[in-house]
Amino acid sequence: MTPSASAPAARPRVSSFPEPLDYAAVGLISGLEVHQQLLTEQKLFCRCPAGRFTKTHDGTVLRHMRPTLSELGVYDGTALMEFRTRKHIIYLLNRENTCTYEMDDTPPFPVNQTAVDTAIEQCLMLGCDIVDEVHIARKQYLDGSIPTGFQRTAIVGVNGVLPFRGRSLSIVQVSVEEDSCREVTDRGHLIVWRTDRLGMPLIETVTGPDLRTPDEVEEAILLVGRVCRSTGHVRVGMGASRQDVNVSVRGGRRVEIKGVPKAGWAPALVHGEGWRQVNLLRLRDELHRRGLATPESIRVETTDVTEIAQRGNVPVLRREEWERWVQDGKRRRTWELGEGPLTVLAVRVRGAAGTLAWPTQPQRTFADELKGRVRVIAGLDQQPILLHGEAWPGDAMPLLAEIRAAAHCDDADALVVVWGPERDCRTAADDIRMRYVAATDGVPNETRQPFEDGSTDFERILPGADRMYPDTDSPPTRVTRERVERLTASLPERPWLREARYAAAGVATSTAHYLVRRGGAALVDRIVEECGADVKFTAFFFGERVKGLRRSGVKTGAIPFERWAELFRAFETRPPLRDAWAVIVSRMAVTPTEPVADIVAALGLDTPAVAWREHVAARVQSAAGETYDADPGRVLRYASGRVTDPLRGRVPAVEVVEAVRAAAGAVR
Amino acid sequence: MSDSKPQTPVPATPAVETKDPLRGYRGRARATLERFGARVWGDVKATNDAGSVFEGVILPRSETFDDEHIVLKLKTGYNVGIHYERLRAIEEVGYREAVYKIPEQAFPSRPHLPSVTLLGTGGTIASRLDYRTGAVIPAFTPGELYGAVPELADVANLTTKKLFGVFSENMAREQYVVLAQSIKDEIEAGAAGIVIGHGTDTMSHTAAILSFMVQDSPVPIVVVGSQRSSDRPSSDAALNLIHAVRAAGTGDIAEVQICMFGPTSDRYALLHRGTRCRKMHSSYRSTFRTVGDVPMAMVGDEITYLHNDYRRRDPSRRIRLDTSYDDRTTILYYYPGMKPDLVDALVEKGYRGIVIAGTGLGHVNKPLYPALKRAHAAGVHIVMCVQTLWGFAQMYVYDTGRDLLDLGVVPLDNMLPETALMKLSWVLGSTDDHDEVLRRMRDVVNHEMLEREPHNGYLILQGGLPETDEFTSSHWK
Repeated sequence: MTPSASAPAARPRVSSFPEPLDYAAVGLISGLEVHQQLLTEQKLFCRCPAGRFTKTHDGTVLRHMRPTLSELGVYDGTALMEFRTRKHIIYLLNRENTCTYEMDDTPPFPVNQTAVDTAIEQCLMLGCDIVDEVHIARKQYLDGSIPTGFQRTAIVGVNGVLPFRGRSLSIVQVSVEEDSCREVTDRGHLIVWRTDRLGMPLIETVTGPDLRTPDEVEEAILLVGRVCRSTGHVRVGMGASRQDVNVSVRGGRRVEIKGVPKAGWAPALVHGEGWRQVNLLRLRDELHRRGLATPESIRVETTDVTEIAQRGNVPVLRREEWERWVQDGKRRRTWELGEGPLTVLAVRVRGAAGTLAWPTQPQRTFADELKGRVRVIAGLDQQPILLHGEAWPGDAMPLLAEIRAAAHCDDADALVVVWGPERDCRTAADDIRMRYVAATDGVPNETRQPFEDGSTDFERILPGADRMYPDTDSPPTRVTRERVERLTASLPERPWLREARYAAAGVATSTAHYLVRRGGAALVDRIVEECGADVKFTAFFFGERVKGLRRSGVKTGAIPFERWAELFRAFETRPPLRDAWAVIVSRMAVTPTEPVADIVAALGLDTPAVAWREHVAARVQSAAGETYDADPGRVLRYASGRVTDPLRGRVPAVEVVEAVRAAAGAVR
Repeated sequence: MSDSKPQTPVPATPAVETKDPLRGYRGRARATLERFGARVWGDVKATNDAGSVFEGVILPRSETFDDEHIVLKLKTGYNVGIHYERLRAIEEVGYREAVYKIPEQAFPSRPHLPSVTLLGTGGTIASRLDYRTGAVIPAFTPGELYGAVPELADVANLTTKKLFGVFSENMAREQYVVLAQSIKDEIEAGAAGIVIGHGTDTMSHTAAILSFMVQDSPVPIVVVGSQRSSDRPSSDAALNLIHAVRAAGTGDIAEVQICMFGPTSDRYALLHRGTRCRKMHSSYRSTFRTVGDVPMAMVGDEITYLHNDYRRRDPSRRIRLDTSYDDRTTILYYYPGMKPDLVDALVEKGYRGIVIAGTGLGHVNKPLYPALKRAHAAGVHIVMCVQTLWGFAQMYVYDTGRDLLDLGVVPLDNMLPETALMKLSWVLGSTDDHDEVLRRMRDVVNHEMLEREPHNGYLILQGGLPETDEFTSSHWK
């Protein structure tokens, strides 16, 4: 599950970060969880259409999520956090793509066997061992991204391996699961989701922690993506593939960067997380040096400084500014806003002076760690979320002094100020304490949200394995060896084998990757096989020329294989036609049922050019009189342009060029 | 309360626990486990013929599943089944039996709050997960409930009694009698209200029979359940329970009532009269609807009464009990072409009361007449309800109806068929005299027949119409 993919953005550059990091020295390791939507007509557990997205809704449901307790009588970390946020969750429903299953008002229908087949096929491509009996599990999510409060998910394959940089990338497991809702807005205590994407089948591929550098992470994402897409049975396009990147350094902990929408984002994110963990470990050592090493040693006291703040000159702490913000954003009490009157709370952290400005990620400090938690857990989302004594507005020092005095802060203490509804401020203060407690232990397990500049922000506490339980609504699915064999027999060639074959034929690597990734490779291979076409020419034709034409708006996707085959046969019998490919293919895209021979005839390409050399000579001669340009080269180019267009596809281009040259020589 | 019936081997309660170390496994899978010396709850490393190693706990297997797979809960929390023929080795590295005991927290007692007794009939009102095994553990005692639904402590002081542990379709005479008696006992012991945790499938049957068996209650009797299982974070169970305890502890309606979601959204509950309510959707949260009338109240943070035609709370009133019950009764759901031998068979098998759910205003076909006449002559009491659920049996309108009246079939106006069945069983428990049975069937105890149907007592919005869609898109579903 990942949040909705953000709009494409400029790729962050590692080089923009001032400080390099010696990844081997700090023991950086990384692994992936790649989510890839499968191309099925229906969703995974109901018969709603998959991939039909809507922007409007015709029904709304309000729900709340309640954590279930573990057997020890305590809430698990994520569940507790998400419960403390006290979120109202609204789902926007559209009849076109949502039924009562997605609303969690109907139990699941039998699992979509086409999706299971596709998932098995994916597992086989990834070199996995297919499990004999697929059991659906429920994985709890309390953020509302799934109306049940859990995601139905099942392991299909384990123990896979991909060749990677001369070694291997291990695939720990592949599961088939239902996709989550798309987030519409998240403001304060109200989160709104759209259910169109909910329930679409996807596979999650989990790699081992085998990656050692940011560049390797990017390359691995692209590799897994190519392998998945090479079957042609997965969805492509925005949001169809998202990856979570797990990162840790030696002595740190696994942090999941969730929903990285593009492989190109990964290097900067991994680099930044590596630095973050290194810096948090240094902060831990500093806290220990000051005697702050245990949960009890972190002492936090709060003081209500609402009235003091009204006398000061920091607008965001003043009531009128608060009321304006509430009104402008149409924030409603009992919905977006939490309980209690506006409160400005000073949070004194004993002995923690200097820690708020402690660097973490590039361009970020420890105060940003607190901001993320306060925003998500306490639901305080008015920028800048919090203020603190180590980056206080320069023109408001007297107010800081007054607040520090009221909060009994001495020079050794850190001071954080939060504001908002009273109850949320109390939650925020408690969470600031908990984040400091976590800091005494180094790096907390977190899920973090990625941004295009390579930075991340807190999303939630990383859930563990202890939130999984069997789905009592679904029987297990047996996967027979016969089924596995049937699917194995129809597998496409492994991408790395195909890429090696193309490379041997002289196809550029980028072209080969494109063809494998977008499924064009199957067409190339079939044309080569059935029409005897040249591999390099055909790969270039589809991987570069047709791609370019499509990007210019020609709908080449509508052209059936038979037309392509006709075209390539025509290329063989009348080689000059190759020069007219663009005009022919454009016409094929408009009338995909029209035989290529008819198109060629309609374009007048089927008649041999008569006395064309004479025509060229005459044209070149007259060209000199049609322009004031005296430069012979430019006159020649002008003349070429005039004669080439009518002859394209009928006479080989090289011959036309030669004829033009000859005529020009005669003129001179 | 939840009606979700586990298909996978969820070891539900200690009651069904056995000492079999291979429980649920049979045939080939069992033999394979025995061969490797493995056992359920064993923490193992299992290796298959492809060399894949699965690390996890062996789970019990549902006996309805095949005998070819061994189920493991992996360290990642996922379950997988391994085919017995592909297993090459099982190495036990530990043993982790599911923990069924839930540690209790004392339910705080607050003197200013009313005392409410929760009577359990089965299912789970709240539950916890044993994450290590995936088992769903029901929570029922006040301490357990407090841990799961702490808001209850702000509503009432709670006492709980588990009467039985049955799915609601297994509720029958024996349970109804015990339940009615327990209600009386608890009320006489001073309960300010009674909540009954119940599966939703036959909840309206129970609410109906209790409406007849328990009369003149001084306090509310509230039946509650959940439509979506309580182990899911989005369950309606907790909110239903809070609403029910509020209705029982502080509500003013001293009748048997059903308390379930109004809309499917987490908004408010409706209080439905026990004799006029029906489950209308197999899984929707807002499944219960009052039929032929409007509900009695909405319950949120406050209780909003929708009309004042109900019995008020009155602690001085003395509760009366009549637990008579004869279960030799049935509902005959009429369909075109029904053969008379069905009626004869019922008579022959000793049934004493038949509720016909007839078509339209209360009709059956002519070939059935002789059989009905024979049944009537044999002393079987036959009453007529309508399968349209809404509207009245009005048998004077057509000849068919008048003919049936002549055969001794008695119309029950707009009594719901299930309510009629419960009432007929209750009446037949104390008399077999035909006139007396008919008199009592038509003698209204608590709104089971209405003199007048308000026009907003029948509202089934037809989706797809512009005005309906405008309404539904602008209101919480």
